[in-house]
Amino acid sequence: MDSSNGQPDKPVISPGVDRFFVNVHTTFLFVARFFRELFRFPFETREFIRQCYMVGYKSLALISLTGFITGLVFTKQSRPSLSEFGATSWLPSLIAIAVIRALAPLVTALICAGKVGSSIGAELGSMRVTEQIDAMEVSAINPFKYLVVTRVLATTVCLPILMAYTALVGLMGSYLDVHLNEQTSITFFFLKAFSDITFLDLFASTFKAMAYGFTIGIVSCYQGYNATQGTQGVGKAANISVVISMFLIFIEEVIIVQVVNSIR
Amino acid sequence: MKQRNPEIDMNDVVISIQDLYKSFGSNHVLRGINLDLHRGENVVVLGRSGTGKSVLIKIIVGLLYPDAGSVNVLGKDINSLTEADLRELRMQVGFSFQSAALYDSMTVGENLAFPLRRNNKQISNDQVRRMVDIVLDAVGLSQAINQLPAELSGGQRKRIGIARTLILKPQIMLYDEPTAGLDPITCIEINNLINEVQRRFNTSSIIITHDLTCAKETGDSIAVMQEGRFVAQGSFDEVFRKDNDLIKSFYQYNFIQ
Repeated sequence: MDSSNGQPDKPVISPGVDRFFVNVHTTFLFVARFFRELFRFPFETREFIRQCYMVGYKSLALISLTGFITGLVFTKQSRPSLSEFGATSWLPSLIAIAVIRALAPLVTALICAGKVGSSIGAELGSMRVTEQIDAMEVSAINPFKYLVVTRVLATTVCLPILMAYTALVGLMGSYLDVHLNEQTSITFFFLKAFSDITFLDLFASTFKAMAYGFTIGIVSCYQGYNATQGTQGVGKAANISVVISMFLIFIEEVIIVQVVNSIR
Repeated sequence: MKQRNPEIDMNDVVISIQDLYKSFGSNHVLRGINLDLHRGENVVVLGRSGTGKSVLIKIIVGLLYPDAGSVNVLGKDINSLTEADLRELRMQVGFSFQSAALYDSMTVGENLAFPLRRNNKQISNDQVRRMVDIVLDAVGLSQAINQLPAELSGGQRKRIGIARTLILKPQIMLYDEPTAGLDPITCIEINNLINEVQRRFNTSSIIITHDLTCAKETGDSIAVMQEGRFVAQGSFDEVFRKDNDLIKSFYQYNFIQ
C-alpha cells in the first residue's frame, strides 16, 4: 500500500520541521524497502538490463564528449604552471591522478545526475500522477520491485563502468594535447600516466562511482515514486532529483576523500 | 433502464463493507459506509465529485487504508492481509481507472500482456497472444493491438483499460467514473460494455459515477453518496422516488441534458 494516508490536523513542532522529519523517515523506509526487495525473488532481470541500456549506453555520447574535453582542458590549463618549473613531463601522471581520483567519478556522477536523475524522476513522477503505478499495484504487480529496484541497481552498476570509460576518454583528451606539444607516444603516455596510480585509487574511485550511482538512483526514484500535484509535481520531481543528487554527491565526495586519505 | 440480472446470488456476498470511515487531515471523506455487493450484481455508487466515491473503491482494492471499519473482499478482511495475500486477492479484483492509466511506453498488446506475464511466469507466448485477442475482441478493439495509448481516443483508452483488467479473469470489477469526459455515444458504448462484461465474464461490479444515464443503464442497484454517507440505496426506481435534494438535482440535471 503506497498511497498517502491521513495527516495530523496540527503540526507537532512547525509545518516545515514536521515535513522535514516526515521526509527523513519516509526516505529511510524507502531505502530499507529497496534492500528488502532487492534480495527477494523473482529478479526483474529483463527490466534491469533495459535500465542498464538506458543509463549506460544512452549516456555514452554525452560522457564521451564531457570526459574528452575535461582531460584536454585540464591538461591545457596545467601545462603553463608545470612548464614554469620545466616539469611538463609530469603531466601524464598529474592528469591521471586528477582524472582517476577525482574528475572521472565526479564528472560522470554530475552528468548522470542531470541526465539520468531527471529522466527517472520525471518518468516515475509521470507514472505516479497518471495512476500507472497504482494500475500496476492493482494488477497484482509489485511496482517497487519492477520500477525502483531495477533503476537503482542499474545506476549503481553502470556508474563505475561509465566512470572507467570517462577516465579513459579523459586521458585520451589529455594525450592529444601532450602528443601535439611533446610528440609523446601513446604507450609512453599511458605508462607514465599509470605509474603513480595505486590499487587504492582504483578501488576508491570505483566505490565512489557506485555510491554516486546509488544516490542518483535512490533519490530520483524516491522523488518520482512519491510525486504529487499533477504535472507540476512531475517537473518538481525531476528538478529536485537533480538538485538533491548533486548536493549529496558533493557531500559524499568530501567524506570519501577524507576516509581514503586517512587510509593512504 | 437496465433489467436486473436474474443470476444475482443474494446469498453470496463478494464485498461486504461495514462502518467504513476515512479522513484526510480534517477532511472527513467517508463517514460510516455500509455496502454489500452480491455475486453477479452491478452496484452503482452515484454522487457528486469529491464526495469520496473513488476513495471507497481504492480502499476496497487496498490502495488506501481505512481509519475505521471493515472491508471484506471474497471472504478476506482487506486490513489484515499480508502483502503477498493482498497481491493474490488483487488478481481477483479488476480496477478500471478514470484515466484508464495505460502504460504510455507500451503498445496496447503489451499493456494487456504485461499483467498476465508478470503474474504467470510459465505462460507461453501463444497463450498470452490468445488471451490478448480474447479480451481485445471483448472490448471491440482487436485492430488497436499495435497502437500506443497516445494514439487512442478517450473511449478507446477506457476500453483498453477495462480489457487490461479482464485479462486476469477477475471475479469483481471496480469502475472509477467509466463515462467521465466521453461523448454521449461513447458513453452508451461503455455502458453496454460494462453490461457485456457482467454477462460474458460473470463479474460482480461496483461502478462509481456521477452520470445518471450510466447509473440507470448499468446498475442492478444504486447507492447515492452525499458527504461521505449513503443517503439512499435500492433499485433505480426506489432511489429516485426518495425525497432528497441531491437526488432531485441529479434528475433535474439529467433532464436538462
